[in-house]
Amino acid sequence: MTLSQKPGVPGDGSSPDSSGRPADLDRRQFLRRLAGASILAVAAGGLGAALYDPKGPAGVAGGKVLAGLGDFRAAPPPAGQPRLATVHGADRRAMFALGVKALGGMEAFVSRGDVVLLKVNAAFASPAILGATTHPDLLAAAVEACRAAGAARVVVTDNPINSPESCFEVSGLAGAARSCGATILLPRPALFSPLTLPGGRLLTDWPVLAGAFAGVTKVIALSPVKDHQRAGASMSLKNFYGLLGGRRNIFHQDINGVIAELGQLLRPTLVVLDGVSAMMANGPTGGSLADLKATNTMIFSADPVAADTLGVALLGRTPVDLPYLALAQAAGVGTMDVASLAPVTLSLDKAAG
Amino acid sequence: MRIVVARRVSQGFFLLLFVWFCLVATVGGGFLQLRGWPINWLLSLDPLTALGTMLATHTLYAPLLWGLGVLALTFFIGRFFCGFACPLGTLNQMTGWLARLGRAAKDRAEDNHPGRAQAVKYALLAFFLGCAALGGLQTGLLDPLPLVFRSVNLALLPLADPGVGVVHDAPRHYEGVWWIGLMFLAILALNAVRPRFFCRFICPLGALFGLAARVAPWRIGKATDKTCGDCRLCESHCEGGCRPSGTLVVSECLLCCNCLDRCPSGRIGFAGRASAAGETALPDFSRRGAVTLLAAGAAGAMSAPLWRVEDAAGLGRSPSLIRPPGSLDEERFLARCIRCGQCLRVCPSNIIQPSVTTAGLIGLWTPILNYRLGRSGCQPNCIACGQVCPTAAIRPLTLQEKLGQGDHAAAGPLRLGTAFVDRTRCLPWAMGRPCIVCQEVCPVSPKAIFVREVFEPVRGGRLPLAGVRGSTLALARPLAVSGNAASGDYYVRLLGAPEANPVRLVGGGGAELALAAALPGAASGREVEVLIHLMQPHVDPARCVGCGMCEHECPVSGLRAIRVTSENESRSGPGRMLA
Ligand code: SF4
Ligand code: SF4
Repeated sequence: MTLSQKPGVPGDGSSPDSSGRPADLDRRQFLRRLAGASILAVAAGGLGAALYDPKGPAGVAGGKVLAGLGDFRAAPPPAGQPRLATVHGADRRAMFALGVKALGGMEAFVSRGDVVLLKVNAAFASPAILGATTHPDLLAAAVEACRAAGAARVVVTDNPINSPESCFEVSGLAGAARSCGATILLPRPALFSPLTLPGGRLLTDWPVLAGAFAGVTKVIALSPVKDHQRAGASMSLKNFYGLLGGRRNIFHQDINGVIAELGQLLRPTLVVLDGVSAMMANGPTGGSLADLKATNTMIFSADPVAADTLGVALLGRTPVDLPYLALAQAAGVGTMDVASLAPVTLSLDKAAG
Repeated sequence: MRIVVARRVSQGFFLLLFVWFCLVATVGGGFLQLRGWPINWLLSLDPLTALGTMLATHTLYAPLLWGLGVLALTFFIGRFFCGFACPLGTLNQMTGWLARLGRAAKDRAEDNHPGRAQAVKYALLAFFLGCAALGGLQTGLLDPLPLVFRSVNLALLPLADPGVGVVHDAPRHYEGVWWIGLMFLAILALNAVRPRFFCRFICPLGALFGLAARVAPWRIGKATDKTCGDCRLCESHCEGGCRPSGTLVVSECLLCCNCLDRCPSGRIGFAGRASAAGETALPDFSRRGAVTLLAAGAAGAMSAPLWRVEDAAGLGRSPSLIRPPGSLDEERFLARCIRCGQCLRVCPSNIIQPSVTTAGLIGLWTPILNYRLGRSGCQPNCIACGQVCPTAAIRPLTLQEKLGQGDHAAAGPLRLGTAFVDRTRCLPWAMGRPCIVCQEVCPVSPKAIFVREVFEPVRGGRLPLAGVRGSTLALARPLAVSGNAASGDYYVRLLGAPEANPVRLVGGGGAELALAAALPGAASGREVEVLIHLMQPHVDPARCVGCGMCEHECPVSGLRAIRVTSENESRSGPGRMLA
């Protein structure tokens, strides 16, 4: 203060000078500069105060925000009503209708005004006929059923392995979605947020596709049945891998552990396991018709553990071959005791005939 | 309509077309995607590409016929392409105009005085043609069309992607694109020094047009050399630096037509005869100019064998030099690639990258595959890069040919290289950790990666038993493994019984181990060992197509534990690795 005033004093004292005006100008200029400097100084101080960080940076950046992607389960049906349905046939659309009807109809899962997220498996830019991705017919059937049940919006998503645009385009999923009025949501960096599963060992501070769930009220997973060297099989639970971002492959070091945690990440409204044709070998990519076998089965349940427990038989394997089933059951994701869900088996031919 | 208005309309049209072609150069069927737009048409109009590849390959690839058409038209009416069509020329003209807003007419006229340095571009042209004649096509480095496509597609458009997602949802990355962007900025900035700096002094395509324009029967010029007020208003807006007020430097006129528009007394016009005030052309063939051109051409021709001495394309080639599917063998590839970046731009995986050093100096900015970057390896069902290559340096493949199906079954699938497992980095080989992501993503059926199963003792896994209850073992000392003992990957075997089948651990930790079944022979006082069940990947080189899915997805994120190198690539013909 004193310092800034001092140089001004001689100017002030000499203001009634011979000419008068230059001193006036001097003073005005000085005041203007003083004001400018003060504004800048205050602004700098304010900026400093606003950004003040007394602790310094943490070792790892990123907040731990989410604890799960949500519980989207519908109200459980009355006791005794089937909660698991197996449909035999070859026409995916008709099988879907029959399976859903057996579980109480689409209205039991989707109500008027719901925003439904369909989690497909679009992992590879591979044509539908090779069975590496969710079949577009199944997607179309699901979208139409959701809309018929009054869904306000149907969104289809996955975070695939190949380039997302190619995956949805080549697999025919984009075409199916377009033609029945569902929107495809491609993963982009802004849609991922970090998540730490309570009690999770593997999914801690890990990016997940949370942005796809904004406003969503129901989630239906549509998965193909595929062979998988490391996990034994890729079905409903393994399909949730597609909700992870980052270099998620490190979880293959404990694949059963991570699949069990994937089951806790999200409680779906319904899972549909499409075993109309199963990829018996060379999974999960396939690449040849020789890898496929017509197994003519589709499984419906709200319980992914139960669905996968049944589905593994299509690959000629047993639930014991998939240690993640027991782990997921222990973690409360679902039950391997299929009989407790009052399962029904239907056949398309009989129903039609 | 005034001719300059027509010119501006034409320039605007071609600029918009250029931007449109850049925008839609992404794989897909949407309106803003490829869906059959002729995105290479502007590149095909380039006679320097046609001439260069003709010299280097002794053939003229069909789409490049357009370039000869443009050249033919230039023979008649001069450098209309520079003035009316070239998108880089338009950008140069716009920036030069912006930089001179409010500048006095006299100063502008001074800027547009023709100078000796305008002959430099002819020397550059001679140099590049000399290179091309000996097989090293380098025109694309400075040829304005490849240059502007490369710059905008690789350096400019990706800036609009991250977060905003203007063209792509995920950000695009290009190695070393910094230099491409900087060069583009420099070219635009130089317009502040002189209007159309690049066009006047550097552009080898302009030089080619300049040579062609010398014979043009219809040309701009003064109707009479007398009675001109010498106001030099024409020169204050001359884009070519060709002195329309005096002796016209006819090779430099790029038909901006500003002189014609500005002349207050209408003395300048199009006519079927030379300018009445006299004409000259660059370079002057009679004397020094001819020598300079010859020297430049010879230097270019010399540089090609020098590259061969370096052997960046032959035995001395980098093993990581992997070209996109359908690329010709290295020699023929370099005779065609003009570095326009179309393939880099269109690849949905974003794995095609501009080479900075991998392909040697001769291959600067030519496309190479880098499986560490991008979204995944080369997608089996994609052939986009070959479809957009304007010179067929990457052949337009069919899917059948790429996959080795149908008519191509005998030749087998196209191979880009071969994957090698680095056993010193691979988790199951080096760290005793299960993984095999590579096996999982290998898209070949049957898979090129197969596994051998082994059971390996884990560190600190020898445990004395304190008791046995059915399938539960009580331990004298607690188990401490670094992984998840209940993950299904851990097994137990009686120590000293290597022949016995290991029994899977289903739970454990602490002082108890739960097994999937009773362990025969287990009893208190005996020792068991904990084993980890590993599947160790092996590559079958006879099946591997080198797509790099495995390398891209390998969780060892730095130097991957499985890597593709160019061994066994189809394009090298007799360079096979296996007998
Ligand atoms: S064929 Fe392979 S390298 Fe070429 S654009 Fe498609 S994915 Fe990219
Ligand atoms: S590079 Fe070879 S081993 Fe690796 S994924 Fe492709 S085909 Fe399979």
